[in-house]
Amino acid sequence: MSAESLQLFCTFGIFIFMLAAIGVYCMLATYNLIRALIGVELLLKAVTLLIVAVGYITKHNALTQAMVITFIVIEVVVMTVAIGVVLGIRSHTNSLDARDIRNLKG
Amino acid sequence: MNLNIFILIAMIALALWTVMTRSLLRAAIMLAFTSAIISILMFRLNSPIAAVFELSVCTGLVSVLFISTIGLTHPSVKEETFEHMVDRLRKFKFLPFIIIGMGMALGLVAVKINLQLPLAEIETDARTVMWNLRPLDIIGQVIILLSGVFGVIILFKESDKK
Repeated sequence: MSAESLQLFCTFGIFIFMLAAIGVYCMLATYNLIRALIGVELLLKAVTLLIVAVGYITKHNALTQAMVITFIVIEVVVMTVAIGVVLGIRSHTNSLDARDIRNLKG
Repeated sequence: MNLNIFILIAMIALALWTVMTRSLLRAAIMLAFTSAIISILMFRLNSPIAAVFELSVCTGLVSVLFISTIGLTHPSVKEETFEHMVDRLRKFKFLPFIIIGMGMALGLVAVKINLQLPLAEIETDARTVMWNLRPLDIIGQVIILLSGVFGVIILFKESDKK
């Protein structure tokens, strides 16, 4: 692997790690369900970008693009179902706060 | 190379804005902008088809989903919004410093990565890989899409009980 490719991967890796950290922090720090989903979305975007970056440095762009397309389809389906669940919770509890759905706790 | 770094910094700044803004609607719009920036990066990394998918599906469809959901839920009153804003600022005020510190630390640590270059690529066209070499992926995508559709139908099914 050339030094230039390694340098590019390291640069992208640092920023991808930062993006993933923002997503994880958002999920951990908020009680709002929609905001938590936004955190999940940021984390998924970091993973997508990592796959594309690895495909670029290993010159397997075609394979990684096919994987990313599949990944994006899965991402959208997960988001759609999660938003459906959030709307269901909203209609039952009249709130988007995760603390209001602790009925099963204990 | 430098342009890539500028785009990556813009991506991190937009992501921070997404999680730190007090308005949910603004957060959804900033998420769309983050996604658009990521699609530019994908295009620059020689993945144009994935970039188009990211731009159309993640920037378009997912943003529409989020904005519709925010529209369906009633906005909170001004006092509640202010209360939430103070609470959020308390929680998120250290996030930019943590992220910048983390980035600087990762940049300073000289990690020796001994990556091995895999075998030469057999196929260079993503369409051929998708349709000829990995047809099971397409079937998997169709099954996942159907699962999502049925999942949403079950979630929103009207109860038969009167």
